[in-house]
Amino acid sequence: MKRLVHINDRGGHRDSQNHCSNKISNTKYNIFNFIPKNLWEQFSRFMNKYFLLIATLQLWPLITPVSPVSTWGPLLAIFAVSATKEAWDDYGRYCSDKEFNEKLVWVVKNGVKTRIQAQEIEVGDLVWLLENDEIPCDMVLLGTAEPLGLCYIETAAMDGETDLKTRVIPGPCHGLTSAQLLNIKGMIECPEPDKDILRFDARVRLFPPFPGDELSPLGVKNTLLQCCYLRNTEWACGVAVYTGNETKIGMSKGIAEPKLTAADAMLDKLTTALFICQIVVVMILGLAGNVWNNYEKDKTWYLRFPKKSEWYDFIVIPLRFELLCSIMIPISVKVSLDLAKSVYSKYIDWDIQMYDAVTDTPAKAANTAISEDLGQIEYILTDKTGTLTENMMIFKRCCINGVYYGNFNGDALTDQHLMHSVTEKVSAVVKFVMVMTINNTVVPNMSRENGRLTYKAQSQDEEALVQAAAQLGMVLFSKKGSVVEVNFLGHTMEFEILQVLEFTSDRKRMSVVVRDHSTGGLYLLTKGADETVFRRVRAGEPVQQVADAIDQYSQLGLRTLCFAWRDLDEQEYVAWTAKFNEASAALTDRELKIAEVSELLEKDLELLGASAIEDKLQDGVPETIASLRKAGINFWLLTGDKQTTAIQVARACNFIMAEPEGQLLKIEGSTPSDVADSIEGVLQTFCINNSENKNIAFVIDGLSLEIALKYHKEAFAKLALLIRTALCCRVTPSQKAELVGLVKSCDYRTLAIGDGGNDVKMIQEAHVGVGISGREGLQASRAADYSFGKFKFLKRLILVHGRYSYNRSAFLAQYSIYKSLVICFVQILFSFISGVSGTSLFNSFSLMAYNVAYTSIPVMVTSLLDKDLSERTVMQHPEILYFAQAGRLINPSTFAGWFLRSIFHAIVIFVVTIRVYAHEKCELVEMSMVALSGCIWIQAFLVLIETNSFTVYQHLAVSGNVVIFYILNLILSFGKHSGMYRIMFRVCADPCYWFSLLLMVVAGVGPLSAIKFYRATYRPNAINTLQLMERQHPMPVSVEAIGSSSSSFKSASRSSSSHGSVFEPLLAETSNPKTPPDRYISKDKTRPVTSAVLLSSPNSRTLP
Amino acid sequence: MAVTAVDGEFVRRLQKEEEVQRSRKDSRRPRYSKFSQQELSSCKPLLTPRCTVVLFVLVGATCILIGMYALYASWSVVELVNRYDTFCVMKHATSANPLTTNEEKSAYMKNYNKQKNCTITMEIDKLMTPPIYVYYQLGNYFQNHRRYVKSKSERQLRGLPPSSSELNDCKPQDTANGQVIIPCGLIAWSLFNDSFDFSIDDFSSDNGTIFINKTAISWKSDREERFNNTVFPTNFPNNNRTTLANASQIGGASLDENLPLNRHEDLMVWMRTAALPTFRKIYGRIETDLVPGTRLTVNINNFYNTYGFGGSKKLVLSTVSWVGGRNDFLGLSYVVVGCVCIFIGLTFMYLHWKHPRPLGDRSHLSWVRKNAANSRVTS
Repeated sequence: MKRLVHINDRGGHRDSQNHCSNKISNTKYNIFNFIPKNLWEQFSRFMNKYFLLIATLQLWPLITPVSPVSTWGPLLAIFAVSATKEAWDDYGRYCSDKEFNEKLVWVVKNGVKTRIQAQEIEVGDLVWLLENDEIPCDMVLLGTAEPLGLCYIETAAMDGETDLKTRVIPGPCHGLTSAQLLNIKGMIECPEPDKDILRFDARVRLFPPFPGDELSPLGVKNTLLQCCYLRNTEWACGVAVYTGNETKIGMSKGIAEPKLTAADAMLDKLTTALFICQIVVVMILGLAGNVWNNYEKDKTWYLRFPKKSEWYDFIVIPLRFELLCSIMIPISVKVSLDLAKSVYSKYIDWDIQMYDAVTDTPAKAANTAISEDLGQIEYILTDKTGTLTENMMIFKRCCINGVYYGNFNGDALTDQHLMHSVTEKVSAVVKFVMVMTINNTVVPNMSRENGRLTYKAQSQDEEALVQAAAQLGMVLFSKKGSVVEVNFLGHTMEFEILQVLEFTSDRKRMSVVVRDHSTGGLYLLTKGADETVFRRVRAGEPVQQVADAIDQYSQLGLRTLCFAWRDLDEQEYVAWTAKFNEASAALTDRELKIAEVSELLEKDLELLGASAIEDKLQDGVPETIASLRKAGINFWLLTGDKQTTAIQVARACNFIMAEPEGQLLKIEGSTPSDVADSIEGVLQTFCINNSENKNIAFVIDGLSLEIALKYHKEAFAKLALLIRTALCCRVTPSQKAELVGLVKSCDYRTLAIGDGGNDVKMIQEAHVGVGISGREGLQASRAADYSFGKFKFLKRLILVHGRYSYNRSAFLAQYSIYKSLVICFVQILFSFISGVSGTSLFNSFSLMAYNVAYTSIPVMVTSLLDKDLSERTVMQHPEILYFAQAGRLINPSTFAGWFLRSIFHAIVIFVVTIRVYAHEKCELVEMSMVALSGCIWIQAFLVLIETNSFTVYQHLAVSGNVVIFYILNLILSFGKHSGMYRIMFRVCADPCYWFSLLLMVVAGVGPLSAIKFYRATYRPNAINTLQLMERQHPMPVSVEAIGSSSSSFKSASRSSSSHGSVFEPLLAETSNPKTPPDRYISKDKTRPVTSAVLLSSPNSRTLP
Repeated sequence: MAVTAVDGEFVRRLQKEEEVQRSRKDSRRPRYSKFSQQELSSCKPLLTPRCTVVLFVLVGATCILIGMYALYASWSVVELVNRYDTFCVMKHATSANPLTTNEEKSAYMKNYNKQKNCTITMEIDKLMTPPIYVYYQLGNYFQNHRRYVKSKSERQLRGLPPSSSELNDCKPQDTANGQVIIPCGLIAWSLFNDSFDFSIDDFSSDNGTIFINKTAISWKSDREERFNNTVFPTNFPNNNRTTLANASQIGGASLDENLPLNRHEDLMVWMRTAALPTFRKIYGRIETDLVPGTRLTVNINNFYNTYGFGGSKKLVLSTVSWVGGRNDFLGLSYVVVGCVCIFIGLTFMYLHWKHPRPLGDRSHLSWVRKNAANSRVTS
């Protein structure tokens, strides 16, 4: 199917076509379908289906033990809450859509530019865009302000790439004036809408009087796609071809899947297990009830069973028990978890210690539901530039003509020799600075108000070079079309840029051909990566010298560029220009042809030297990586940078170790078999060296990675998981995402952190995505679940917020189930003494209020405030994270513990109640209140013994909750017709009641605290030990300092002779400097100096 | 001069503070509060061996004391129990009708024309001081059965027409002869109807008869609010028991249709359904001393049929203490729990003395141990 678009023909041929309007809609619902659609969605969740089933069963009076209100009330409340949330979110989407739809754009109507709303654009309309406008629909470019028919767009919103892309007008439109464009007529033949943003196979034909009365091809190069921005171009106009939700980006839109945390998944599993358990219990009780009925039916005359039995009789009793046991899976779990999690994410928002004062960015948790996953992270995949580094490029050193500048003071710009050479106008130096100044895409911008000069650059490196050149005396101050004006030491020089040989990732270099207006000289200025430039220099140039310099610079983690120069011959240039123009007009393989032609000119270069640009590490990066490493998290570095730079940065930030502690293995190859061999070799080396307890890492570049992922995915995955540190260089955004997917597919919890648009994919793919709101814009932080200003906050995010969130939600979830189980088991026990008939011991109100009002507050407050260890202890002992990482706090065995506790407590409550309230006291309503009070007291005390740290609020919550229970029930006891009239007064006036409660508490909680104490003292886990350490040294113990740890060694060996033996060899070893006594300590000792050592030590250049 | 210098500095400081204030207002820095920074001051109670031992021993001792006190109260209660159901019916056994099986007994009870009274004696061996409560105790009787518990109409008792769902619950005792039964439901219908007359000397003289006070035995709240004084039993099936249909199965007691519901103390007691299958309901109070050696003669009208389902009937006389009637459970379990606590405490003391543990020992940290092992291997 083809779509025919009549250009600029409103009202003409338009009627026959039926394209959608340009109204975009990202909303999920509208007013009419909201309720049914939302209900359908909510009921697609297992838990909600379960609750609906229970609530529906309760409408059958024959089986319901209590009034249906006890289930319907909470159920409706929950649905209302989540529906409101959905509606609110959708309203937000509606508003942003509306803003986009109602944005005013210039559209040509009958040859006149008019301003209409974006949603009124129709297919075929001629849209006029001004600089920095957002493109409202997919268009074919017809004209621009640039004479060459070029325009620049920023596609960051679409593919995450921040550099500007050029778009050209199609052939027939060349040379049209804007007045002509207003009346342009023609037809475009294009495919039906699809979501492939890299393909646009269309043809255009202009009608007379416009030239080119034949079909000419169109490609992506000629399109302006929705959501991109027009940049650096005064105006551009195009014809709308796809509108509204039919645009390329509209077709590829999808609603992001909500992320499910590991703890959530575990909870779901446990809930399912609980459900099965419930079914079994129900079956057993149902069977027992039917048997009882069979035997007793004719005998118990006072029950007067109907003589005739109905067909459904045998399922009535099981269903009754199903309802009675339905509380086993409490509705409140989900609600309280959601509530608690949103507070956890608020804690992140509020955290002053994660506030970056420099950029004025507080941390932000965009996803409120996954904070406990932060505590279970096993792999961190990080971007380099802007994430680990500041992304602030500074020109630091250079080597010109064999002379090193900036080596002494580390900054070439303050190096007197260089300044001197510039003022002396040493030829090579001037040429070097000229390349820095002219050979780039930087646009100088003179502010009209204060005359200050600013540079607009696509690449930070180029900006750094131009800035540095300006400081050295060569100021680029204007670029008008192809004429560049430069102020060199007070003289204005004018150059004309004749050709630009663009930078591409294949060429890895950029050249310009310039003519010096003052001398008339013709030059080729080249800068680029060393390997490509070296191949093109003329014989006899000091290549080795520059190579050494570059080697030295990249050892220091600096980004290097080579600079070269060539004086051009007039005739050669003219001849070449013809070829070049031919190539750039080519319809097929244009890029390749241009590259080939460019090479003809870029030869016999005069090598000037090399520059080194520093991208400083953010502060705290090595420390952060070191402690997260200690916490058992594995790091992968994914960068677009070159290998040597990546390795150096990795060294500088503790990522990999130099020999002999670490070893870096390299995977390379350009064919599948090479890569396979390389992987095999690395695996073997790893197996040999692994026993030596080395830090082994591997490094791979984009090309080999692509092959590895394509042909040897399994072997690579195996390798990737054996070797826990990886450096991946020269990788693309989609490769980053693929790597995240690879780690994810091996069941590891991943966190991806990045700052740029190229990290968006990986951030969205990972379990947890973190964005650094840095200099590369905000795309990453918008796509991320969490965002903040500095990499070092990651430590706090994971160790403090992640760990606490995990601990707390594990407690909250299991405790919520525990307390429901207690009351459920009491009901089950009671059914054994009530003829297995399904009588509810508790009344409807009690059952409804139990989870909502009576028991939810203490556990909620505790799960918001409790801290098992202080933040400082956790930061000092990051290893403790493994508890959360390995899921030690919520898993089947901890859950079994809670399950057993609930059975134990139910038995205690039940036995005490029925034995104390026996004989003349066994009135049903009274006894139910006693049992209920028992449940509430025991669960309150259990919160107390499970709490690690008490704040005033926890005390208030626990005691306040009990008070609320009594107040509510006393109020009910005033109600004459509540069925509770005077009950609570009677109950409370009886001393037996209070003594039974005390008995329940002592018998129920005593054994648990004895076990807890025994475990903490004689089978301590790491948390217990750290708690005790905290207690013993309430003053800040600097465990980082070796002093305290060695003193604790001494005390340990002194106080317990049984453990002394473990330490004896260690203490002996401390005198031996070669083998550190304990890696844990030795790391601490060396860490502060690590970066410095690595930066300057010559023996750190060890690559296998 | 000095003054101006100080002023200048003061002004500068003011300006600086203002600037800081302003910048703070604009900045997106989160505001500080102890809660938002999770810095609320807290205490961390930690169980050290010493305090654990002390805690367990103290709690244990307290429990034992409470247990003693409860046991003492329970033991001070004098209780006489007499199971009369079998005895009473066997009295009427003849060779033609030996009444050995429950079915036979039940059939006998259902026969409206049979004699059912009997006399039992109870020996007082300890002084009983008033109030002495007379209870009847039923065994294996499921007043807490789902069919039974719900089978009543609270609205009706209050004097309102019963709701349809309540009437539905009352089935099959909801209507009779097309009219609503007041009070409806199984509970009221199955009201206990044995009666007991007490005498010290074989009823030989009137002054030997012991007066049983049957007023104010129900809950005060029931008399005053739950049961209305304007509602009279009507259409109550037990009152027409002579009709053949009803005679086939003897239900419970009849109700005086001239008394409002809140004067039917037995009904009010009965309608406080019991939670356990074995329960006692109050029958009345004896308000005189019963001295040791007294032989009580009790005339029983044994109407209530518990034979069919293997239930039991007992007559109980009991004084009260603060724990209620005779019930050793509370006291005994306190003593047991207390002993266990002390035992646990002493065990911990022994463990602490035998294997003292340095608390918060770094060497217990698993990673410290692992690293130590590792570094030994590498050396």
